[in-house]
Amino acid sequence: MATVAVIDYGMGNIRSVSKALEHVSGETKVIVTREAEAVLRADRVVLPGVGALQDCVSELKRLGLDDVIRETVRNKPFMGICLGMQALLDSSAENGGTEALGIIPGETRHFADQLKTIPGTKTLKVPHMGWNQVHQSTAHPMWQGIKQNSRFYFVHSYYVDFVDDSVVSATTPYGFDFTSVIAQENIFAVQFHPEKSQHAGLALLANFLSWDGSN
Amino acid sequence: MSLAKRIIPCLDVDDGRVVKGVQFVDILDAGDPVEVARRYDEQGADELVFLDITASSDNRETMVHVVEEVASQVFIPLTVGGGIRELSDIRRMLNAGADKVGINTTAVNNPEFVRQAAERFGSQCIVVAIDAKQVGENKWEIFTHGGRKPTGIDVVVWAKKMADFGAGEILLTSMDRDGTRDGYDLALTRAISEAVPVPVIASGGVGTLEHLSDGVIEGKADAVLAASIFHFGHHTVQEAKDAMSARGIEMRALDV
Repeated sequence: MATVAVIDYGMGNIRSVSKALEHVSGETKVIVTREAEAVLRADRVVLPGVGALQDCVSELKRLGLDDVIRETVRNKPFMGICLGMQALLDSSAENGGTEALGIIPGETRHFADQLKTIPGTKTLKVPHMGWNQVHQSTAHPMWQGIKQNSRFYFVHSYYVDFVDDSVVSATTPYGFDFTSVIAQENIFAVQFHPEKSQHAGLALLANFLSWDGSN
Repeated sequence: MSLAKRIIPCLDVDDGRVVKGVQFVDILDAGDPVEVARRYDEQGADELVFLDITASSDNRETMVHVVEEVASQVFIPLTVGGGIRELSDIRRMLNAGADKVGINTTAVNNPEFVRQAAERFGSQCIVVAIDAKQVGENKWEIFTHGGRKPTGIDVVVWAKKMADFGAGEILLTSMDRDGTRDGYDLALTRAISEAVPVPVIASGGVGTLEHLSDGVIEGKADAVLAASIFHFGHHTVQEAKDAMSARGIEMRALDV
């Protein structure tokens, strides 16, 4: 039986992610785990997470999961969600500078730092919270059956910046167009919460369970 | 086109049952939070708020099971308020599948609690709920105990402080309007929305669909919360969205 491992490192809404995956899993078994072996054995892997990136990265390192993730992204489909996306980058401006896993070149920045440089965005609230449009900028098997500009649920104060254009798979407008989805080889990482994005979110998770990791 | 405004039905739950009479003619058990949540989800609700009004703390565990059940069937954001007193209460609700918790009286009694909660769990899941009453022209005060107990705290000052302490969102209820069906207190809503950098949910007083639009257009709210207009089947969430879209407000459509 095919398996998908949801990495449980104590940060936030693991249960929501596993329940949404179970809802669309069909023949795939959903495993919630923090055991390196179980993650390495799974056919595909999801790294969820909400909260502070610093805590996220230090927990992953403490549990020895940072190297497991580096190994995983090389040879099987991998989905990062919210912090699980931001953790893949080099670093974050959070808490005066936080090292991340450095798998994809890029940094996260606070929305307020960028918005204050853009006229007319003073009324935009941070956190960026709610249902916003996801503009697919590349074709990808993960987008199958999902309409252009579908709305997904976001809740975050930091966003992904300074990534190479070639890895941007979708953008979202909030005062400016920020990178809401990164796709690179086996990795598909999203800033929004598919597990909380009703039909569109469940469709994306279902696509992940049938994706072979190719583009 | 950008971020949509949100419609949030609110359910009062007492010892695991929906109270304040949800009346859907075609739901077999309108007291079942899971059934009601599913109905609102189907209608296009953007989020749901559950307010635990269980008096006895012995029965708090019931709410955890409610959240677990709802979260395994309804895939939109869930906020749970009522009875959040300790960091462990927050942890328990988030583990059960809640995305955010609403903190009200505990914040008034101990503002540092909000700071600790935001540091531990992240601002994105900390909603500070404010019950406000008008005490003068363009002046509102925080009340606790269902609007009976004044605190002497100015609402604008308080909302700013809570955002500063790490609240990721403010759920603002006008105790003057709550239950009247006369519409939101728009001056209050606007005063808070313009004062804080975080999103504001307008609450208290909705009687018509136009009131929802007013909350966004005149009150500058980021989201609108309502209970009775949806519970009694007068209007569906979809009708509310259509009415708001007709007034030029950006809303989420239901299709993928």
